Amino acid sequence: MSELERTVTKVIVPSGMLGAGVKREHIAYGLAQGAHAIAIDAGSTDSGPSYLARGVSKMNRESIKQDLLVLLQMADEAGIPVLVGTCGTCGADASVDWTRDIAIEVARELGIGLRIACLYSEQPAAVLKRKLAQGKIRPLAPLGQATDELFDACDHIVALMGPEPYMDAVQRGANLVLGGRTTDTAVLSAVPLMRGAGVAQTWHAAKIAECGGQCTTNLRRGGVLMHVGTDHFDMEPLDLGNRCTPESVSAHLLYENSDPFLLVEPGGILDAKEAVYTQVEPRITRVVGSIWRPMPYTMKLEGARGGDYQTIMLIGIEDPEVLANLDEFHDRMHKTLVDRITATFGDEAGNFEVSLRLYGWNGTSGQPVPADTPPPRDVGVLFVVTARTQDLADRMARSCNPYFFHMPIRFDMELPSYAFPFTPAEIPRGRVYEFLLNHVVETEDGFELVRTEWVDVSSTGTVEHLETPNA
Amino acid sequence: MPKIAEVCRHVRSKNAGPFWITVDFFFTDDDSFARYRDAPELGPDLFARLFGTDPGGVKRVPVDALRMIKISYPRPHPQGWRHERDMHGGQQFARLLSVELA
Repeated sequence: MSELERTVTKVIVPSGMLGAGVKREHIAYGLAQGAHAIAIDAGSTDSGPSYLARGVSKMNRESIKQDLLVLLQMADEAGIPVLVGTCGTCGADASVDWTRDIAIEVARELGIGLRIACLYSEQPAAVLKRKLAQGKIRPLAPLGQATDELFDACDHIVALMGPEPYMDAVQRGANLVLGGRTTDTAVLSAVPLMRGAGVAQTWHAAKIAECGGQCTTNLRRGGVLMHVGTDHFDMEPLDLGNRCTPESVSAHLLYENSDPFLLVEPGGILDAKEAVYTQVEPRITRVVGSIWRPMPYTMKLEGARGGDYQTIMLIGIEDPEVLANLDEFHDRMHKTLVDRITATFGDEAGNFEVSLRLYGWNGTSGQPVPADTPPPRDVGVLFVVTARTQDLADRMARSCNPYFFHMPIRFDMELPSYAFPFTPAEIPRGRVYEFLLNHVVETEDGFELVRTEWVDVSSTGTVEHLETPNA
Repeated sequence: MPKIAEVCRHVRSKNAGPFWITVDFFFTDDDSFARYRDAPELGPDLFARLFGTDPGGVKRVPVDALRMIKISYPRPHPQGWRHERDMHGGQQFARLLSVELA
């Protein structure tokens, strides 16, 4: 083995999201290359605040279990650890436990032993109020400074972990690390950093690999293998028919990111401005020139809550007279429904809102359409009422039903009936959820706000909660 | 006057966290990139007018190697607010396509 090979750490990133599906042959390829770990993200804020506010997973249990069956079996045979970041979409404590219980079930079905480290980073409001009083919480644009009330308003608050708790867990013998909320890159960075790979190279590789195959030329063909050295990293697809090119790799820095060159992480900033991307083999792109600037340790905070409730109704319209006058129809319908609710509910109506969205006309943007736009052939009108309880929103929708269903475009015509696709017409949609935090908290290190718990599953399936094992 | 859709081979938009939208403009060729890389028509006022964002918050970063400009703006309302129509911000690019440039 050459010096280069000895100092390169290889991590399999099977996909951008646990539960999205993994192929055995892809994992087998990575293992055959001598992978040191499998690391995968299981979370995101991208799907909105609902998951964190409720502390639940977007992904269904069966999909998580299916991927864990493949990953845990193959990692067990190869004797390497599996690291999962931001369990259960939002990384709340309950989401870590939910994933842990699936993993225990998988271990029992496979008949393998498993030492699981669970990393928790959910934060009580009291902890953050103390940090706020110490001047250790800062807002990120476009939000302003946090207040005690803001922390109290959140149903769940999580701090985004860096790689240190993962490194510690692997060093203490975990063969499965299940993390709460973690930066997408940190979970992929842990094993290379632990093994002495270049810090800048590790973070940059992790940023490129965070969405699995998204940095390849064919993102439907599996994830990637990160090869991280001390002065470079290589990105290689797990599928032999797929490629990483300088363009596909460098373009990934643009993804879901407001700055394509600077990436703020716990403990530092990755600067990729001077990075150089080269095709070193037909399927592999090498990157040099990444820079890491250490900074005082910070963790980003996310917090969300559930607010008011909504009920929806949908109608389809193909009546040409309505389609020729859609803006007028929208405005008159909106006024009719608001008046109806006000007249029917009086003071009980409270701070309600009605929104009508004309899909097929301007439903996606809600913006005025250009004056010369021809009428569409069909529109779907989505009615959304927002009120302070589900029951009230449901009753408001029912009170609007006859008007929503029958309002004519001219008053001298018989009442039309628009096309409801469902009965009952009104659909209780649930709460409106919102993110309240976009702040960072200064910490002593990567462990101050993180708790680790250990669970051993024996090969006969017994489960034991452990005291912290020694390194 | 060319439209954005005529000088870019690809324009896309996406959430960059719950409080930001980021728009990527990939230009068709070196000439159009050189011409519009720093063009004021693609400035904060355009985003304020089309998206109701605070012009002071708009960030613009050209990426020469990829012949593209990334422009990010704060969402006027955070992702998922009660009148949300585009949870992932993925359709916000559309209203930029017909904008005319000098």
